[in-house]
Amino acid sequence: MMHFLLLFSRQGKLRLQKWFTPIPEREKKKIVRDMTTMVLGRKPRSCNFLHWKDLKIVYKKYASLYFCCGLDAEENELLALEVLHRYVELLDKYFGNVCELDIIFNFEKAYFILDEFLLGGEVQETSKQVVSRSIEASDMLQEAEIDNSDYDLELGWP
Amino acid sequence: MSDVVEKTLSALPSLLSLDSQAGAGKLSPSSKLGNLIKGITELTSKHEEERLIKKELESIKEQVASPNTTMRQMKEIMVRAIYCEMLGYQASFSYIHAIKLAQQGSVLEKRVGYLAVSLFLNETDEFLLLLVNTVLKDLQSTNLIEVCMALTVVSQMFPKDMIPAILPVVEEKLTHPKEIIRRKAVLALYKFYLIAPNQVQHIHSKFRKALCDKDPGVMTASLHIYLQLIKENPESYKDLTGSMVTILRQVVGGKLPLDFNYHSVPAPWLQIQLLRILAYLGKEDQGTSEMMYDVLEESLRRAEMNHNITYAILFECVKTIYTVHPKSQLLEKAAECIGNFVLSPKINLKYLGLKALTYVVQQDANLALPHQMTIIECLDHSDVIIKRETLELLFRITNAQNVTVIVEKMLEFLRLTYNVWFIQTMNSVFSLGGDVMQPDIPNNFLRLLAEGVDNVEDRQLRLFAVDSYVSLLQGETAKLPQRFLQVISWVLGEYSYLREEESDPGSVMRLLARLLDQRHTSTETRSWVLGAMTKLCSSPVYSGSLNTVLRQKAQELMILSQDTKLRARVLPAEDSSLSFLDGYVSEALAAGAAPYKSPHQRQEDLVQEKALSLEPYGLSLPVSLSSCSITDRRSPTLLSMSSGLSGNSTELSHQEGSTTLKLEGVKRVWGKDGYLAQQQSAGETPTPLVELPSPLLSPQSPPSQTQKPSSGLEPDQEKRQLASSLFVGLGSHNSVCLVRFPSTVWLFIKHCQSANQSNVVKALFKPLPLLLPVPLTVSTGDYGKMWLSFSHDLKQNLQLVTTEHQEPLTATLDALKGKLHLHVVDIIGSEGIVACRLLQGPGQGQPCLLHCRVHADSLAVWLRSPVPELPDSLLYHCQKALTET
Repeated sequence: MMHFLLLFSRQGKLRLQKWFTPIPEREKKKIVRDMTTMVLGRKPRSCNFLHWKDLKIVYKKYASLYFCCGLDAEENELLALEVLHRYVELLDKYFGNVCELDIIFNFEKAYFILDEFLLGGEVQETSKQVVSRSIEASDMLQEAEIDNSDYDLELGWP
Repeated sequence: MSDVVEKTLSALPSLLSLDSQAGAGKLSPSSKLGNLIKGITELTSKHEEERLIKKELESIKEQVASPNTTMRQMKEIMVRAIYCEMLGYQASFSYIHAIKLAQQGSVLEKRVGYLAVSLFLNETDEFLLLLVNTVLKDLQSTNLIEVCMALTVVSQMFPKDMIPAILPVVEEKLTHPKEIIRRKAVLALYKFYLIAPNQVQHIHSKFRKALCDKDPGVMTASLHIYLQLIKENPESYKDLTGSMVTILRQVVGGKLPLDFNYHSVPAPWLQIQLLRILAYLGKEDQGTSEMMYDVLEESLRRAEMNHNITYAILFECVKTIYTVHPKSQLLEKAAECIGNFVLSPKINLKYLGLKALTYVVQQDANLALPHQMTIIECLDHSDVIIKRETLELLFRITNAQNVTVIVEKMLEFLRLTYNVWFIQTMNSVFSLGGDVMQPDIPNNFLRLLAEGVDNVEDRQLRLFAVDSYVSLLQGETAKLPQRFLQVISWVLGEYSYLREEESDPGSVMRLLARLLDQRHTSTETRSWVLGAMTKLCSSPVYSGSLNTVLRQKAQELMILSQDTKLRARVLPAEDSSLSFLDGYVSEALAAGAAPYKSPHQRQEDLVQEKALSLEPYGLSLPVSLSSCSITDRRSPTLLSMSSGLSGNSTELSHQEGSTTLKLEGVKRVWGKDGYLAQQQSAGETPTPLVELPSPLLSPQSPPSQTQKPSSGLEPDQEKRQLASSLFVGLGSHNSVCLVRFPSTVWLFIKHCQSANQSNVVKALFKPLPLLLPVPLTVSTGDYGKMWLSFSHDLKQNLQLVTTEHQEPLTATLDALKGKLHLHVVDIIGSEGIVACRLLQGPGQGQPCLLHCRVHADSLAVWLRSPVPELPDSLLYHCQKALTET
């Protein structure tokens, strides 16, 4: 199971944080601090895996953003890398050529996409199509609402 | 900047209506959030950011409290509050409003409300109780999106105690017509199972239904629960093996809809989940394992594509194959697969290869053998994580023969990574492990400190060690183990000068003197302390560096001879019988302590225990001073040598003539950074030593190897040497080690030094008692009585004298009789008893008895005497006498 997912910039600025297990606030701050220093301190051509307490840390850099997650010890590191990759693909599909700014200014969207992809720290849907259809459905709802339509939409799920 | 914010804030009402953006369109930076973000990025200091956020939070607070704020505005405000929280500023006043938004907002606002709740709150937050009714209502909504949102928030976090309130509704969703709802419901139940397993006990049959769901997504979700259940209790789910195997076969065979493909690999997440489940099911169960062999093989075969995700599957597959009941054919394929990982140029794969190897060598250490060279390379990898994994692997293949090398590598790693931590850890290791630890460990530790160039980093490490020891000595020292005290003395002696500028140089001296005066300090430790003090005395010369060891020692001697006061303190009048300890000894014996054993005897015991020869090696070739320089002048062994003086001085000198050291292929290849490149010129390298039969080596000592010149080795060969010392003891040929451990090198160095300096050292610390034995004529009966009444027992193997017309035993005893005036009491078969008595010295008139027995081609001799030093001395003379014969 994934315990947390963090997105942060090269400067160590947090861009997104998702906690899948209950962790006290102070501990969260410590984790964020530790992760940014550990990951940013890695030399080039190092592997993408780290250890932190009894968690496996898997991280990957996409452009200026670092994606970093903490996993149970028995999880498969390579698979976690693919989870990160799929999330990036999903963001990319949604925003179209996603960049750090998209995530900064639309971080709530990034959270919604994440919620369709991972649930409770496990992968719930791996299909790009299905996730984007779910998000589009909600967004259509948003547009409908802006048009001041007050009726409940029964959505056409796949 | 704050002006702009204020302006923006004043313009709030009109701006708010413009905020919401449609569709996937990017939020324009002109929105409120956009302004906030832009404002922050333009700031230059943390302080400014704090001010800005504080202002922002105040305005948010004001707005959420206002009754005029609509839900739509609230949604926008909540996003900003989330942003502030992400930056690390608390917006706790907004939590209740997030819940309100989730309760009262339209679908869209609800979504943000739920998101804010899930980001702000924890499972234990009391606020969450307020959410239960909302969740319940949304779960029952006819709007699918609302149901989905409720299920999402429930899987994210839900108060444990409130699970029963919503459980029936969530259960109901397992039969929902929409698969996305069913899937989320299954995951929600999985979450419930994790936080409160008892609550979902009754719906296990429904899990089975989910497992058989026509939608593969729902089935996949249910496997999370099954993995957990099977992990906890594999016995109850063995009947599922067939189904799991069938599912995996179908997935691998590409029977799932294309939607489930990931980079054209069929449902990799599902495959890995199934492989994990199979591992738990097949573990230690041959019958169950046999059911899955075929599909495992197929998985291995199919996962050939060169993509990360297939490597993930392969890795899991290998793990499963090695967890279930073994099948040799599969194991072979898996091992091959691991090989591909290890050899891969991709660093992630290499890492996993090492991990897999670590896992499998626990079953079969030989699997590491084909990868020796890769492992050696990884030991010096620039990535510490790779290094660490390699050490973990080495740890798993540690055996009696390679432990020294491996521990050394580990210490090296620690030192390089965490200086301060390393010293502290070693401090506690020494304090706790103390006297029971193998002498190698303190030696290695000291060597690590001593090695390396004099760069800032090294100096810092040493200085830190010195400081930490000074503060230790200032506290209670009675509980510190002797070994640790020795380490401390050595380090203080060597490196106190590093701190001299900042403190009174005499303080360290006083601490050492206090140590010296303490009753519990052992003789051996005392000699270390003395050594440290000696060094401190001569520190200006000392720090001059570049001096040869000999010159340094001479200098020390000179200073000592000039300063009579100091000498009186450093070289106190000797009480060789240690009578002042008698009270203490009898007290300890009464309290159940083990009786004293001489160093020889302890070594002997150790040899028998380990079947490894730990007896010191002798020296055959003239050793030039240049070979001393192999080691740093501040070699820790310098003192370990002098520390042996109290008891073993004899053995140090006798080795000079008698025996030879087997050092084929050994050179100083161990440095701070791992292997040392060829730095030494051929002249400095210890020259290959001619191999001579060595009577000091016990018969079990490893068979000698073919001679290899130690100089001019290619780096590759060096690695091979390292490999052979690391992987010694693995494989069928476990008897042979190609390279001796570095400890051998140390022994060698130690003796190089003793050759040059033993005289100096002897003079400095303790003169050898002159011993002139005279024959002691006793009968066999008296001999027996005396033998039983003496306690100081010492055993040593001696060389047998062979002549043409005599039995070896008789010949040897005759030789001893002739040279040392011993009295041969009796010879019975292969055993002989001999007696003598001391003519002068502290133990004047005291007898010493020898009991000899021919053992293979050496003579085992037990010596007993009421005077502890006597056997030691006599032995020395015996050895000398026999060598001369």
